[in-house]
Formats: sequence, C-alpha cells, structure tokens
Amino acid sequence: MDVVWLARLQFSLTVMFHFLFPPITIGLAFLVFLLETARWRSGKDVYRRASDFWLKLFAVTFVVGVATGIVMEFEFGTNWAAFSRFVGDIFGAPLAAEGVFAFFLESGFLGLLILGRKRISSFVRWLSALMVALGTTLSAFWILVANSWMQTPAGFRLAGGRAELTDFWAAVFNPSTLPRFAHTIAAAWTTGAFLMAGIAAWYFLKGRDSDVARVSLRLGTVMAVVACVLNFATGDRHAKQVARTQEAKFAAMEGLYTTGQGAPLILFSLPPTQSGRRPGPELMITNLTSFLAFGDFQAAVKGLDEFPRGDRPPVAITFLSFHNMVILGNLMLLLALAGLVLLWRGRLEASRGWQHLMVWAVPLPTIAIQLGWMAAEVGRQPWIVYGLMRTRDAVSKVVGAPQILFSIVLFGAIYVVLGLLWLHLLRKEILHGPEVGGSHVGEVPVATA
Amino acid sequence: MPPLETAWFILIGVLLAGYAILDGFDLGVGMLHLFVAKGDGERRQVINSVGPVWDGNEVWLLTGGGALFAAFPKVYATVFSGLYLVLVLVLAALILRAVCLEFRSKEPGPGWRGAWDTVFGLSSFLPSLLFGVAVGNVMRGLPLDAEQEFAGTFLGLINPFALVVGLLAVAMFLVQGAAWLDLKTEGPVRERARGWAKGAWLALVVLWLVATLYSRVESPHLWRAFARPVAWVVPVVFVVAVAEYRMLLARGRAGMAFAHSSVAIAALLGLVGLGLYPDLVPALGGGPSLNVTNASSSPLTLKVMLVVAIVGMPLVVGYTIFIYSRFRGRVKLDEHSY
Repeated sequence: MDVVWLARLQFSLTVMFHFLFPPITIGLAFLVFLLETARWRSGKDVYRRASDFWLKLFAVTFVVGVATGIVMEFEFGTNWAAFSRFVGDIFGAPLAAEGVFAFFLESGFLGLLILGRKRISSFVRWLSALMVALGTTLSAFWILVANSWMQTPAGFRLAGGRAELTDFWAAVFNPSTLPRFAHTIAAAWTTGAFLMAGIAAWYFLKGRDSDVARVSLRLGTVMAVVACVLNFATGDRHAKQVARTQEAKFAAMEGLYTTGQGAPLILFSLPPTQSGRRPGPELMITNLTSFLAFGDFQAAVKGLDEFPRGDRPPVAITFLSFHNMVILGNLMLLLALAGLVLLWRGRLEASRGWQHLMVWAVPLPTIAIQLGWMAAEVGRQPWIVYGLMRTRDAVSKVVGAPQILFSIVLFGAIYVVLGLLWLHLLRKEILHGPEVGGSHVGEVPVATA
Repeated sequence: MPPLETAWFILIGVLLAGYAILDGFDLGVGMLHLFVAKGDGERRQVINSVGPVWDGNEVWLLTGGGALFAAFPKVYATVFSGLYLVLVLVLAALILRAVCLEFRSKEPGPGWRGAWDTVFGLSSFLPSLLFGVAVGNVMRGLPLDAEQEFAGTFLGLINPFALVVGLLAVAMFLVQGAAWLDLKTEGPVRERARGWAKGAWLALVVLWLVATLYSRVESPHLWRAFARPVAWVVPVVFVVAVAEYRMLLARGRAGMAFAHSSVAIAALLGLVGLGLYPDLVPALGGGPSLNVTNASSSPLTLKVMLVVAIVGMPLVVGYTIFIYSRFRGRVKLDEHSY
C-alpha cells in the first residue's frame, strides 16, 4: 500500500479522534470558570455543586484528550520526518511553547481542582479553575499557531533546504492565526454550551430537575447564544482571510470553477466533481460570495481554473464539509435563539419541545467542528505547507507501509475501546447526576486552608 | 563550542532529567503498584500518591519532545522515524496510562479495577524499559546514511547494550518510585515498598556497573569526555547519591532518600550528556553524526526558544512547587480521591 496514503490516513484518524475531546474541555473549562466565579462571589452552594458536577464530566473527557494528544506531539517525527526537517526551525517552537505555557498550567491546576478540593481555600479553588481555563485556551492558541503557519506561512526564508525563521512574531501571528484561533474558541464554547444545555434539558425531560439543572440550563443557553453569534462573526473574518490568502482552497469551499466578477454564493447543489459542478437542482444567490469575501458585490473571485490541476484540493470533500458546517452553524444559531426567546418569556424550563431538540443537538457542534477542520485541512491539499511543500514529499523515508499499518491497527483498536469507555463513563456520570442540595448535611463546602 | 547550541543541548538534558525525576517516580509507583498493594484500600493509597501530579510530570516529556523538535529538528526527525516501532509501543502504553487512574475510579467492581491496575502496571513498565532502550541505542550510536537518516533495522535496536540500559532505567525508576511510596504511604504498603526499594537498589548498582563496563568495550566514544578530570565529578555525584540513598533508606529518612535518588537520576542523564557531547546521535560505523552544529535550528530560533524557557520555566517550577505543597504529607483519602 502507498506510504503517503497510509501516513495521511493515520494522521487524519488520530487527529480527528483527538479533536473530539479538546473542544469539550475548552468549552467546559470556561463554563466551569464562570460557575466558579459565581460560587466564589456569591458563596451559594448551588454553584459549588454545579461546578463539581461539570468538573466530573470535564475530568473524564480531559484524560482522553491528553492520552490522544501525546500521540500528536510525536507523530510529526515518526511519520512526517521530511516535514519535520523542513519546518523544524519554525514549527517546533509553538509545540514547545504549548508545553511550557499551557500543558503545565492545565495539568497542574486540574490536579488541584479535582483531587485537592479539600486542601485549598475558596479563592485558590477559583484561581485553579481560571488557570485550567487559561491553560486549555493557551494550548489551543499555540497548536493553532503551528497549524496556521502550515496554512499561511510567514516570517521565514528558504535556506539550506529548509524554512528558516526570520521574524518570530510574524510567524506566530501569520495571516490565519487570529481568525483561526477566534473561530476555534467560539466553536469550543458552542460545544461546551450545547453539552451543558442539552444534559440539563434531559434532566428536565426526565423529571429530574434540580437547582443545578436549572442553573446549567440557563448558563448553557445564554452561552450557546453568545457562542453561536461568535461562530458567525469569527467565521466571516476567517473566510475573508482564506479568500485572500488561500485562493484555491476558497474556490473549492465555495465550488467556484471559473474566475469572474460577482461570484455567486451556492447554498445548495449536488456534490461537485474535480472538474466542475454536477448538473442538478441548485440554490444560489448571485454576487453574494464576492460581497462576503471582499465587501463588494462585483469583486473578482478566482476560480479553480486559475490553478493547475495538480495544485487543486479535492473539491467535493472541501465543498461538502464547508457547506455542511455552515448549515449546522445556522441550525445551532436558530436553536440557541429559540432558547433565548423562551428564557426571555420565562418558559425555558417548561418548553419540552425545545428541550427535546437540545438533547438531540448535543453532538451537532462536534460534527460541525470535524467538518470545519476537514474543509481547512483537505482544502490545503496538495500542500502540507501551503505553496512550499507538498504532502507527498513530507513523509518519513525510512518508515515502510507495514510499520504504519501496524500503528494504525494498534491505535485504532485502542481508540475504539477508549471511545466506548468514555461514552460509558459519561453516561454513568450523567445518570448519577449532580449532588442534590442539602443532602450532605454538615459538610463544609470548601475547606479554608 | 557553539554557545547557543550547547545551551540547548544542556536545556534538553535538563528537561529530560526533569521528566525522568518526576515521571520517574510515578512510573516507578506504577510498576510497584501490583506488588506493594493488596486490596482496593491499599491500591487507592498508592494511586492517590501520584494521582494529582502524574499528568503534570508527563508534561516534561511533551515539553522535552517539543523542545527537541524546535532546537534540533533533524534529531527529532531521524530518531523518531528511525525508532518507529519503539515509539509506537511507548505511545500506545502512554495512551492507556493516561486514562487508567481516572477510569479506574469510576466503577467499583473488582474486575474493572483489577483490569485497570494491571494496565497501570504494564503501561508504566513498558515505557520505562523502552525509554531506556531508546537512550541506550542513541548512546551506542545509530546507523545513519549520508543524509543522516536512520539506516538500521528494528532488530538492530534490540541489542544487549540497549537492553541493559533499558533495565537500568527500570531499576532507577523503581528506586525512585519506592522512595516516593516510602514517603507518601503508611502501613503494609510502606513496608513492602521499602523492601522493593532495597531490591531495586541492588539491581540498579549491578546494572549500572554492567552498563558502564560494557560501554567501555562497546562504545569507547562515550568515554572521550572523561579524559578531563573535571568530568569525573558527575559519576562521583552519582555514586555518592546512590550509596547515601541506601543508608538513608535504612534509617527511614524517606524524603532525603527521594532527594538522593533524584540527584542520581540527574547525574545519570549528566553522564549520558557528557558521553555524547557534542553529538546528539553518533553515527554507528562512520558517516556524519548528528551533532549540536549540524542538527540544530537557526540562531534566531534558538534565541527565541531560550527566551521562552527563561520566561516560562521559572513560572512552571514556581506553581508546581505550590501544587505539590498542597498535597504534602502522607496520602489521606477523601471523597474526591481516585
């Protein structure tokens, strides 16, 4: 079997599985921090119990994220040695910075927050929650710096067969870093918010509503509204950046084959082929892509015909994943806004229909995130570093197909087991539910050390 | 002696020593877990002695890996692709190890918990052994082609010298882990751990002597540095630390024993560094070795990374000390424990 194909399969499997978990933990960490702030300021026990409950789900998810993340740190060296040699002067620094500035922070303070609750003061507990939230977010920042540099390399020169750093800040804040970071964090908050609101809604549907479920439903709903609006604001900025810096990817995302002024926005069409749109039912708005990308209905947008066939990304996957992500984004926004209206009218806890929808909506942000990353990564092809290095030239020369196949089977088997156990334990924690108020009579909520 | 590159050679060594000292004790605890603790109460005592801190300890490895990538990308590329299967097995073990304590605590059944206890033991043993095997191979030198790519085979990595170093790593981590348990646990667990500490100490001494004498025959290049008398400070520190560890252990001074085995680990990595410098990966059988000048990143990258380390690491050490201090004293189980 083809080594490049296997190496890509392994990377996509390990990274897609890994990235099921970080959005949940980034989102939940921020929500727990909000709950902790409420607990610390108000001293109300309900916030302490809510924080305790969501921390349990956080912890089970966090360890799977850590476990699957270790693989990613070393996979560049094992499977992509040629890439590592080419970009090491730039790419290694954000990975090391992620360790120094993020991993130590989140892992250290999480240990304190989860297992040391009896040993710390109310303030240190709040501080630990802040540090965990900060750590998870900084982790996302540094790894996205590395990814963004592969998409829109900057601050370097080519010398001695490698990319050499010339300007650290230009490399860190390359054109796609901030748009990508903002959009990823908004998506992670969406994931946390829908998880929180969906599980709280389930408690109401099952007649297990409690003060913790009430607080969680409200917080989750408000956060969902904020995050869904941010998804569109940050997504818009990110797409504008892609239109300027990665024209072939943008053309594939939008399904544009011919260059021209006043490019339409395709809302719906059959899956396109590599060479053109498939005839069939279509729904499009004229000139809208030009306006969304460049603020001018008549702006010229490059089509795929501008690029040699060998430089075009796989169009169908890029187009479909991008469009379905946007569709899901709209759906989630509608659900969140409906929740806002219900909250406004004081009917959030009574509306069973909406609660049912929210339970079913729990996986939507995760699906949208996976689709979004497919658009970002497949759309970058055939390049591993956009315009500089092709994916097929990036693999380890000394690693053969049987070795990669062995690792795919091994990691695959472990990940299947891990995924099932994670679901099982999550379900168990949810069924067990949050601690009920007043049941632990005489317990001091937080020890004052 | 290029100063920036040498600074990074030392810093990578410091990160790996930090990893070996800190994750060293929880890997050792993991290996001892099945043998020193019987019944769920004792096992929870062992697990909770490392529960809050093992993840932070493992970050030293991730940071070391990232720093190696940043400072010496060719070494990262050649070693990790060359030692592919070794790395894959280490990663598989570390994946399972990362979830086992959290997952174990979530179900009360003895079958469930027993299975995760076994996973914890095996997934602590395998990386300890394989890290040693990897270091042993790097010390011995790897077959490299003209492009400094790995030119050997997997079976070539399973050589006696590397296996001795692998076992040495296991013994060292057992010594470290047993001292930690002596410090953190009480009752029968502590007694058994102290027994294991003595056995592991003996194994460490024997294996270190074997590895040292073997390297004289197998890899004379590791002895170049010791032409200068000052280099002998490091092995002397190691020998004194190891000898005193045994005396401190006998006197029941667990904290000091742990400090001494930590120093011994640092000295052991110091020995590796002294033997290798200026190479990071000597080429076995001629060919250009990967050394601090031909394998390093550009001066700008090394400078930027130095700033990251100088700004970041004191912060890390500061709050890590704070976190450890919250868990000081022997393990006390409460309702939040694993």
